[in-house]
Amino acid sequence: MAKKRVVSTTINGKSIELLCEPRQTLLEVLRDNLDLTGTKEGCSNGNCGACTVLMNGRPVVSCLVLAMEAEGASLETIEGVAQGGDLDPIQQAFLENAALQCGICTPGFIMSTKALLTENPNPTEQEARFYLAGNLCRCTGYDKIIRAVLDSAQRRQAALAAERQHS
Amino acid sequence: MRDFDYSAPTSVAEAVRLLNQSPGAGRPLAGGTDLIDQLRLGRHQPELVVDIKRIPELNVLELSSRGLRLGAAVPCSRIYSDAGIAQEYAALVDSARIIGGVQIQNRASVGGNLCNSGPAADSTPSLIALGARAVIAGPQGTREVPVEEFCTGPGKNVLHRGEVLVELRFPPRPANSGSHYRRFIPRNEMDIAVVSVGALVELDASGERIKSARIALGAVGPTPLFAREASSGLAGRSPTVETLTEAAQAAQAIATPIDDMRGTKEFRRHVTGVLVRRVLEECVQRARHPA
Ligand SMILES: Cc1cc2nc3c(=O)[nH]c(=O)nc-3n(C[C@H](O)[C@H](O)[C@H](O)COP(=O)(O)OP(=O)(O)OC[C@H]3O[C@@H](n4cnc5c(N)ncnc54)[C@H](O)[C@@H]3O)c2cc1C
Ligand code: FES
Ligand code: FES
Repeated sequence: MAKKRVVSTTINGKSIELLCEPRQTLLEVLRDNLDLTGTKEGCSNGNCGACTVLMNGRPVVSCLVLAMEAEGASLETIEGVAQGGDLDPIQQAFLENAALQCGICTPGFIMSTKALLTENPNPTEQEARFYLAGNLCRCTGYDKIIRAVLDSAQRRQAALAAERQHS
Repeated sequence: MRDFDYSAPTSVAEAVRLLNQSPGAGRPLAGGTDLIDQLRLGRHQPELVVDIKRIPELNVLELSSRGLRLGAAVPCSRIYSDAGIAQEYAALVDSARIIGGVQIQNRASVGGNLCNSGPAADSTPSLIALGARAVIAGPQGTREVPVEEFCTGPGKNVLHRGEVLVELRFPPRPANSGSHYRRFIPRNEMDIAVVSVGALVELDASGERIKSARIALGAVGPTPLFAREASSGLAGRSPTVETLTEAAQAAQAIATPIDDMRGTKEFRRHVTGVLVRRVLEECVQRARHPA
């Protein structure tokens, strides 16, 4: 067996060193080595988006990344989205718009939405649908998810405006 | 997944050395969006995976008066985020925007798309249309191959064991020219092309006559195809519906599509004609009214 190797990386703001096998995917290491099971496995071939995490700020499917590739990277998973005990506005919007049923797709959708709103704080419905095309949901029929995404955008804008007023 | 070792060299020479250390047992890894699933399925069984993303030459993205240099490992999202490239090499950007969804585009490279050599690869027809050349490094030094000669069959290409694709070199965009890539799929996004077409049309200064054209087809043969006669037949003609329809018929003649769940031969041949005409029309529009 190929030797296990040490990978230095940052996950949700914390620098860590991981011992992993070259053949392990980032998804496997997150779930099985680190117990970060919020990141879900759907297809394991890149099609469903359930395993989406942010790598250096950009969404990638962690089932198609080798853990070794995370050397020096900054990773963000669903576990890092809520701040302290407070849900992120995106999470709140998903809850209030009933944008999930079984919930397997939800962490992936939330990570992609986070990246979308960073790149494009005020997306149209069409832009949101295209951006999220790599995330599949077998339960909701997508409408409520898209409503939650557009609602999150408004919540974030409102939160930013409130912050600006206070400062 | 089957066991393998991993290495991330920082120079082309080192990558070539690693790939040749144990013949046949090394595999380059770019974005991994094809390779990692192929490793999981056992389609490739390398002893060593050589991650080429830390090699500076493979990350070059340089637009200048001499043309475009596109490093083999540059992901699609970097290509379409560059406004200069979108203007000069529109067909390439059309391709980069439709390979998978955002998660795939953040990893998938045009180099990997070419080296994977699928008949329906979405960037290859654009590379052919834009006249790109593949720069290849191996133990014997470097060589250059025009992209239309790169793929030799489904999943097969001119790379010898242990060679790496370093970059794709594009000539400067000719004056008064426009390019476009489009595919037919039954959905709006995230699907494999049933038929696809990339083209470049160069007009004369008046904008009323075609000086030269390059048309390439995807998913209608064992490799992406350069429609040589359809292309050269356009030179000197005025871009009327009749002229473009003639080119579409000439392109249809070289298509050798197969029947599969995505479409029958007859359907694919028909769609080839329709797409060639539409893509040429868009190229003419873009040549006349640059973005
Ligand atoms: C969900 C999903 C959707 C997709 N959608 C599309 C689509 O719409 N259109 C499309 O065309 N493709 C699509 N693909 C396929 C894939 O994303 C593309 O082919 C992509 O461009 C491959 O690039 P990569 O950098 O990920 O290559 P990798 O997977 O890293 O490599 C692909 C192959 O090329 C070899 N290779 C890579 N770089 C080099 C090099 N520099 N020198 C020598 N050999 C090299 C590798 O060894 C491997 O055999 C999709 C894949 C997934 C998972
Ligand atoms: S589990 Fe990674 S995309 Fe489906
Ligand atoms: S809520 Fe079940 S897959 Fe989306």
